[in-house]
Amino acid sequence: MTGTRLGSGGRIDRGQVIPFRWGDTVLQGFAGDTLASALLANGVRVVGRSFKYHRPRGIFAAGVEEPNAIVDVRIGDRHDANARASLVTLQHGIVARPIAGWPSVTRDAFAALDLLQRFLPAGFYYKTFMRPSWSRYEANIRRMAGLGRASHQPDMRQFETRNIQIDVLVVGAGPAGLAAARAAAASGRSVMLVDENPDFGGSLLWQDGTIDDRPAADWAAATTAELAAQGVTLLPATTAFGYYDHNTLGLMERRATAAPGWALDRLWCVTAGKVVLATGSLERPLVFPHNDRPGVMSAAAVLRYLRQYAVLVGRSVVITTNNDSAYATAAALRLAGAEVAVADVRTAPGQAAKDATALGVSVIPGSVVTDTGGRLGVRWADIGPADATSKKAATRRVSCSIVACSGGWTPVVHLFSQSGGKLRWDAAASAFLPGIGRQDHQLSGGMNGVTSLAECLASGHRAGIAASGATMLAAPRAEPAAVETPLQPFWFVRIPGARQWLDLQNDVTVKDVGLAARENFQSVEHLKRYTTLGMATDQGKTSNVNGIAVMAELTGRGIAETGTTTFRPPYAPVSLGGLAGSRHGLLYSPRRELPAHGEHLALGADMREYGGWMRPACYPRLDETTAAAIRREASAVRADAGLFDGSSLGKIEVCGPDAAAFLNLMYYNNVENLKPGRLRYVLLLREAGTVYDDGVIARLAADRYLLSPSSSHTAGVLAMLEQWRQTEYPAMHVAFHDVTAAWATFVVCGPRVRDIMASLAAEIDLSDAALPHMALADGHVLGVPARIARVSFTGERSYEVSVPAGYGPALWRHLLAQGPTPYGIESLSVLRAEKGYILIGTDTDGLTMPADLDMSGPLRAKKVDFVGRRSLTTPDGVRADRRQFVGLLPQDPNFVPPVGTHAVDASRKSLGWITTSAYSPTVGRSIALAMISGGRARIGDVVELFDRGRVSQAKVCAPVFHDPAGEKLHG
Amino acid sequence: MLLIPCPWCGPRSEHEFGFGGEPAVRPQSSASDTEWADYLYMRTNPKGRNTELWCHSAGCGQWFVMERDTVTHAIHTTREMGA
Repeated sequence: MTGTRLGSGGRIDRGQVIPFRWGDTVLQGFAGDTLASALLANGVRVVGRSFKYHRPRGIFAAGVEEPNAIVDVRIGDRHDANARASLVTLQHGIVARPIAGWPSVTRDAFAALDLLQRFLPAGFYYKTFMRPSWSRYEANIRRMAGLGRASHQPDMRQFETRNIQIDVLVVGAGPAGLAAARAAAASGRSVMLVDENPDFGGSLLWQDGTIDDRPAADWAAATTAELAAQGVTLLPATTAFGYYDHNTLGLMERRATAAPGWALDRLWCVTAGKVVLATGSLERPLVFPHNDRPGVMSAAAVLRYLRQYAVLVGRSVVITTNNDSAYATAAALRLAGAEVAVADVRTAPGQAAKDATALGVSVIPGSVVTDTGGRLGVRWADIGPADATSKKAATRRVSCSIVACSGGWTPVVHLFSQSGGKLRWDAAASAFLPGIGRQDHQLSGGMNGVTSLAECLASGHRAGIAASGATMLAAPRAEPAAVETPLQPFWFVRIPGARQWLDLQNDVTVKDVGLAARENFQSVEHLKRYTTLGMATDQGKTSNVNGIAVMAELTGRGIAETGTTTFRPPYAPVSLGGLAGSRHGLLYSPRRELPAHGEHLALGADMREYGGWMRPACYPRLDETTAAAIRREASAVRADAGLFDGSSLGKIEVCGPDAAAFLNLMYYNNVENLKPGRLRYVLLLREAGTVYDDGVIARLAADRYLLSPSSSHTAGVLAMLEQWRQTEYPAMHVAFHDVTAAWATFVVCGPRVRDIMASLAAEIDLSDAALPHMALADGHVLGVPARIARVSFTGERSYEVSVPAGYGPALWRHLLAQGPTPYGIESLSVLRAEKGYILIGTDTDGLTMPADLDMSGPLRAKKVDFVGRRSLTTPDGVRADRRQFVGLLPQDPNFVPPVGTHAVDASRKSLGWITTSAYSPTVGRSIALAMISGGRARIGDVVELFDRGRVSQAKVCAPVFHDPAGEKLHG
Repeated sequence: MLLIPCPWCGPRSEHEFGFGGEPAVRPQSSASDTEWADYLYMRTNPKGRNTELWCHSAGCGQWFVMERDTVTHAIHTTREMGA
């Protein structure tokens, strides 16, 4: 046991005990704890195994930068496979476990990998597991790495998205952010303040200080209450993860304790007039040999655990530092009763060291930790000269359980960089600081290189005023900072062969960077990809600067010259569910139901989704297979009569004095000479000459047309017509209206169709003279306004009866009572294949031109230009070997070659492929439609078919298998 | 996320808009193969200021012309078609 809970102090509620599970044990924490602080308070040291060498790892940090404590957390139905223990608010019902280590995190079978470390350099896996291919090994190697396991269950939790505009958005609620929000709120503008922690105050919650004569934490609480009273939107436990164009930021609010049925994570898309960045800074590690053992921690984190959570992480602590900030930790630990020694690389540490010495801290100037020991956690540390170049250098071994380190501070410039801002290396601050920005924001506090409390408050206040135009408000005041002894850059200990970790999460050491330097992966971008430095889920928050600095030293370049990588969103991992919000399932892709949906259900239809519509695939009887139902329905249409729900077929009305001229400029076929009351089958091309859609166009009147595009293309066709009208032909007087949902349309067809139509008592002349094939008429059926069109997709005599959608179910019942067999879309597909009628997107693709479908007649007859016309006569449009639409008769009449089967020549080169295939009950054999290179010239030939190793033969024929003369249409 | 000033509806979120690319002048049907291919496929794609067609598809449905910087994503002007 090393970590212990103190009897008093901290911002925890000792009255509220919270039990939680860690692996197989039940532990206790308090309200106000994070999972990390509760684990430390219970003396837990090993929380994970490292990614590559499977070395034991403990909690390093106290915030978002934590590289080691990645754990699996379940709370009720909520599961996070890779949670940062330092960001998990402790609450009732938490079940947490380490994600790595088998059989347990302290006895890991793969720990032997560490003995092989000499043979596992950077790039080892990629260099070694190349034959036959990396994918052979990937799954096993990933399993060994021990990442969290995502659940395979659907995520039933609720998430939501909010879009909001705000005058001033302040990111970060530490001293600078609170001061900025306070100033901006005084202007009367709308202000939003966000912070990733559950409590506002940032470092004020755990660092010394007095603001406006009050303890800093009290000032933070009072200021927060003041802001709430002024109507400032306060978002705690919310991470600003992305800074996008036009001052738009993405925020993810984690609502850990949302009541059941309420949204958990909430995504805020904020467009801000002005942004104040007050994102602070993160302490970076000082690098020394064996700096990855459990018990090696960030010095600032040690202070935070002590002050905020009343956790003393160890009773004997060695601190190694190159700057003054670690002395606050030393003093606080000493006052809490710990033995503390400080190894300071600076030879003259100055006043902070003197103050610590006075408290009983032993300070060793000009020294550093040169090694640590302890199998499952630090037991001792060697302190030796900072310039040691050999293991033989004079060292002093100190018994301790914690080594706290501080290598300086790294400003959190991620959001600034994401917004398009450029960074510059500041040698004095030993950090990348914001350079030239590109968006409308103010920078303040630690992220802008400010270190003292007084200056943080002042810079936040200035930023808030600049962002809001507020006046007449005094800035909050704090004691001026004591004079600091400057930081001395120190990047690693010069003992050859010593293992010194830079990136704890991805197991990248100084040695790996050395190898990258020797193999000439010296650019920062190469370094990162070759060694994986900074590419773990912590995105190198603690490792990037150290890694770049080591590379700079090893290659004899400056850090500015070595450069930094680009920061990209997200700043911290965000839940995919939160990004999706409510846009999933039916809310993402709503299902459309036919007017007679209930009638189909009552018939036991096999309902499936087709292009967003729920439509009957077929109507299987009890104990009937789908295939049998399709054969029965298709046969009944040919022998007797069938009934089909075609309501989803698109209906776009086009009207206006220029309707005829405009459509003639759009469609491949001539539609201007179409007489009112007549229909025509038409193609719509793209400008590249390829077929976009087919359909039937009806002329209702001289200035009025009705288009029927394919069900799934209706919206696309409408958008295309609008675009051409607005951008190419703006002078034309024509308007479009989608009336698809206004009508229910049923198709009655087959030899007995006339009897059924007679039952409708239609006040429409149904004689062939008045209503021939490809004609339409308006009137009434059964006393209801109706439109009847004669158009066929089955090859049988066929009537389309349309009534206002509300009458759909009644008309369906009436028609069904006359005895036709209802048939679904899969049966229709067989019927249309027998006739060789194409289905756009199934028989055609994005390269198909009209001539490939043997439809070149309209091009010769039509005089005016139309969309895509010029493309039809380009060299590509007239190639002799273009794939053409043909039929295939498989040699085995019972074998249905699958769609996608290739037709191949003697050298097994593809000639094209099958686009539709079926067993035809009418013809009594298998049939197929195909796109074959030069296909029409091959009619009569036998070609070889090849599908996943299976070879068969088929005869090429014209793409029509039933009633080639089309007599049935009129029969 | 761009905030796009629709000439008809004012500033609206990028989510509501569709992109139509650089406008191209449609040649006569007597155009050569090369001229036609240029019209179909060739765009200037400049680094910097560019003129583009956009449609407020989830709003008023109108196409309009936008001058935009492809590097900084700053929007300089938007105007109605033909204006």
